[in-house]
Amino acid sequence: MTDTPTPVTIGETEIDAFLRLDRMPHIWCAGCGIGTAVGCFIRAVERAGLEPDKLSFISGIGCAGRAAGYVKLDSFHTTHGRALPFATGLALGNPELNIVVFSGDGDLLAIGGNHLIHSARRNIDMTVICINNFNYGMTGGQLGPTTPLGARTTTTPYGNTEYPFNVPCLLAASGATYVARWTVMHPREMERSIAEALVKPGFSFIEVLSPCPVLYGRLNKQSKGLDMMHDYLARSVIRNGADPKDVEMVPNGTIVVGKFIDIERPTLWDCYKQVFDRAKEKKDK
Amino acid sequence: MSENGVLSGTFFMNGDIACAEGAISAGCRFFAGYPITPATEVAERMSERLPHVGGVYIQMEDEIGSMNAILGASWAGVKAMTATSGPGFSLMMENLGLGVMLETPCVLVNIQRAGPSTGLPTLPAQGDIMQARWGSHGSYEIIALVPSSPQEIFDYTIDAFNLSEKYRVPVLVMSDEAVGHMSEKVVIPEISPENLVSRRRPEVPPEEYLPYKADGDLVPPMAIAGDGYRFHVTGLTHDERGYPVMTADAQDSLIRRLVDKIRLNRNDIIKYEEVDVEDAEVVVCAYGITSRIARLAVQQARDDGIRAGLLRLITVWPFAEDRIRELAQQVKSFVVPEINYGQIVLEVERCAAGKANTMLLPHMGGSVHSPHTILKAIKESVQ
Repeated sequence: MTDTPTPVTIGETEIDAFLRLDRMPHIWCAGCGIGTAVGCFIRAVERAGLEPDKLSFISGIGCAGRAAGYVKLDSFHTTHGRALPFATGLALGNPELNIVVFSGDGDLLAIGGNHLIHSARRNIDMTVICINNFNYGMTGGQLGPTTPLGARTTTTPYGNTEYPFNVPCLLAASGATYVARWTVMHPREMERSIAEALVKPGFSFIEVLSPCPVLYGRLNKQSKGLDMMHDYLARSVIRNGADPKDVEMVPNGTIVVGKFIDIERPTLWDCYKQVFDRAKEKKDK
Repeated sequence: MSENGVLSGTFFMNGDIACAEGAISAGCRFFAGYPITPATEVAERMSERLPHVGGVYIQMEDEIGSMNAILGASWAGVKAMTATSGPGFSLMMENLGLGVMLETPCVLVNIQRAGPSTGLPTLPAQGDIMQARWGSHGSYEIIALVPSSPQEIFDYTIDAFNLSEKYRVPVLVMSDEAVGHMSEKVVIPEISPENLVSRRRPEVPPEEYLPYKADGDLVPPMAIAGDGYRFHVTGLTHDERGYPVMTADAQDSLIRRLVDKIRLNRNDIIKYEEVDVEDAEVVVCAYGITSRIARLAVQQARDDGIRAGLLRLITVWPFAEDRIRELAQQVKSFVVPEINYGQIVLEVERCAAGKANTMLLPHMGGSVHSPHTILKAIKESVQ
């Protein structure tokens, strides 16, 4: 017996039924973590026992946004930052659908930031998986709203002078009823967390820290995906129930991962359903 | 109000309200919007009325969100609409393009006010006509209808939904503040289901379905989310499978079809009304609120012995270019009054191609033309 893992070939795995194999190979770089997150998502769908035909998968633009093109579900590759309002229409147009938004930090937190806080505030029943790779990958590695202070990107050649978002704190403050953060080095925890989020009514948000060695890493002395992943693992500490105010990431500091928020609040649809009766009462008067 | 919540009968209502009722009668069951003068009453009416018919209203965080939400709702299988004005219309342009690219039926109402920028929020203009045609980036064709009364905004909103479902394209209702806020008699008929169009759905099993494979009419059947087709759609240039293909060839065949499905069907889409054009030596080409004033001016010109006629555009896009070309052989000149500094006049001039004179009668917005101004222009044009 050897503990060398068996190489996995696309087309021979248990998640194949959920992938558009005719679109392989995918466009993601070696060492990128997005594929791991897609795998965790698919396993989570199976774990949660969801009917795939009733699952809509919506992405914006960017590296993570390409995930919509690879999953064999009703999948929508929308415009930059607009996955959430598009998903809002789907969710309210047919409340029987399970809605998953899968996109990147630049897409969801910068250009789509307004939609993000308002979707969380409304507590729309959907699960948002936010791949955070600390920069804009698709366009070649520019500053994003999650880029650490001091980090180099192609548009911060002298180091980033802006503070990044504390993402879980922003989402908790906006009203999300489920907030978690994992790295791609926590695939089992991430899978369980996504499965939990998928079946939980309301707005669930999972931040997934994902290495981008080719662009972000190269400019920040971590050009190997494996090194970045080891770094995540070394710096991570699981602290379920941590106060989101205390999970801010600082350069080279501890990365707090875990499930931070899991509360109950009526969803937008729970509240809107009452409108039908109220409107009828008023009309009948 | 009937048992199913849809109105019928004779009412006194303003254009914004009539627009909302037209949408309800057309089967619209989802509205996403953002308050903006002078379109707010459309949203208010929809928020009150949609729950009566089992529909959903949502007020989004901005017009970008509104436009996207109606696209999403349409893919959930629901007829969807938004309504806005100037600045909101500008914000919707990006995802109007997404609607065109994904071939998503939906209706966008613009109750035009004077611009640019914040302009005159409470006063009319027709300044967004070229923006309606060209506002989103890239090459595409769009359908835009222009009502001139509360009755017409009711009627054309239904037409807009029907065209949108038939051709799988966002359809614009380009009204203005004067019509939106004008109250008149509106007759709401009982609409029978055969007068309402619904998008064609796929008849093949999921494994054979190609989301963007079109038949002769160039409009592909549309699956909706949750039907088991597990389709993929993208704003990227795509092939018949809906998969992104980054080549000039893929771009060529997709864009040609998106444009041709409107251009080649233009005789089915284009609508206009003509008054006294048979023997006309001058034709006033007008649309929307301006056409009502033009009608009076044309009548006065006839009374003064001038052979004047009116061509009232109902669809501004696609433009009635074949008809203008024909008329250019007959008339001495076209007079084009519009509440902007020259937009549709450019189309008239292009189609007249030097065979007839074209006279722009601009109005910068904030009010409407006086009949006298148009009459004067008619007289000048035949001298």
